[in-house]
Amino acid sequence: MVLQVDGLHKSFDGKTVLKDVSFQLKAGEILAIIGPSGAGKTTILRCINALEKSDRGTIKIDGTYLCRDDNKSIYATNEEMKTIRKKIGLVFQNYNLFPHMSVMENIIEAPINAFGVSKKEAMDKAVELLNIMGLLDKKDSYPFELSGGQKQRVAIARACALNPKIMCLDEPTSALDPELREGIANIIEDLAKDNMGILIITHDMAFAERVANKVIFMENGQIVTEASKEDFFNHLKDERIKRFIT
Amino acid sequence: MFEYIYTLLPALTDGLITTLKVFFITLILSIPLGILVSIGRLSKITVISKIMEFYIWVMRGTPLMLQIVFVFFGLPIVGITFDRFPAVLIAFMFNYAAYFGEIFRGGMESIDKGQYEAAKVLGLTPYKTFMRIILPQMFKIVLPSIANEVITLVKDTSLIYIVGIGELLRAGKIASNRDVSLIPLVMVAIIYLLLTAIFTRIFNKTEKRYSYY
Repeated sequence: MVLQVDGLHKSFDGKTVLKDVSFQLKAGEILAIIGPSGAGKTTILRCINALEKSDRGTIKIDGTYLCRDDNKSIYATNEEMKTIRKKIGLVFQNYNLFPHMSVMENIIEAPINAFGVSKKEAMDKAVELLNIMGLLDKKDSYPFELSGGQKQRVAIARACALNPKIMCLDEPTSALDPELREGIANIIEDLAKDNMGILIITHDMAFAERVANKVIFMENGQIVTEASKEDFFNHLKDERIKRFIT
Repeated sequence: MFEYIYTLLPALTDGLITTLKVFFITLILSIPLGILVSIGRLSKITVISKIMEFYIWVMRGTPLMLQIVFVFFGLPIVGITFDRFPAVLIAFMFNYAAYFGEIFRGGMESIDKGQYEAAKVLGLTPYKTFMRIILPQMFKIVLPSIANEVITLVKDTSLIYIVGIGELLRAGKIASNRDVSLIPLVMVAIIYLLLTAIFTRIFNKTEKRYSYY
């Protein structure tokens, strides 16, 4: 297991957004969390990436606890946090590339300035990633010169620069036209083949069906169903899910 | 007439040097201080934020002239005495740091929250995030406002006249009184215009250099 979430609770100003959320992600697995907006999908992602602190529950990332539950959440120390950051990558919905840095600089920034990788090593890795993404010719471009799909692939490359065990993608298809969706699906599958665990937050059912192995359906801060993709799309009878699928 | 202008040049040059001294020293001191002010103003620690708010209010809410008079003529009354030059520099530095602080605060607040979050998930420390991600983007945003302040500062240096330092305006005024001539004052005006033209040009070039993204 590269990711174990157990009994996660989170509320904002007394309003519960996550209620007892538990799931696991294996290496090489592609898990899609789907559900209507406001279901708490993004909050899960933000908790796993320590952008939000959960109130209760356990999050374990490749053997290291991000938070433990001891009547309240106990968070990782700074030292542990560094290990965790290296193991988990996040691609934001709007990518959040650094606009004042070139594509290459965006990718090598964290390896060099957060993890002390040598410049040469970081650049070699960046070139390798840009090659996979088909963007090597854009390495000296700035984000404003790129299309939405290109920005997304740079963001994926940036998140991959430290060889994470888990890759999270927040609504990866929200800004893509149908042709590009196939491209991103292929990239995600390639990452999974390299034994990365992939967590996708989406309300795009067609995309989840195309790329995921496992699907979690959420509503009102709770997991309603967890199933393999085949079971989920072919056999599930739950009225709410049916309504959402169709 | 050209001969007369020529005789004015040594005095005006001396005045100009003093003006430029005040100008550059103020800039060099108040910009870093302004960054600290903006960080303090945005601090989550309420006490610090409130103190900065008060400081900015006082500095922007009272005339710079009063602040200079306060430091040089006022403070000696309670036993704190500065020489002329340090006195005006202290007043200018604290005054301009407040203005720059507000400009930087605006710049920092206009940077998308997503930039901080991206830096965080990539493992950058808060210090590295500020120095490498936030500050460079902020400078581009605040550059036009900074240019404005710098032009204002060129002209504000004439306020030190009040403590009797021989800066550019004072040099012109003395010559004008002595010779009963308008020419020295016109020359002073021309020098100020040249200075602001130069700084405007420098800032335009800098803005262009930052327009690569």
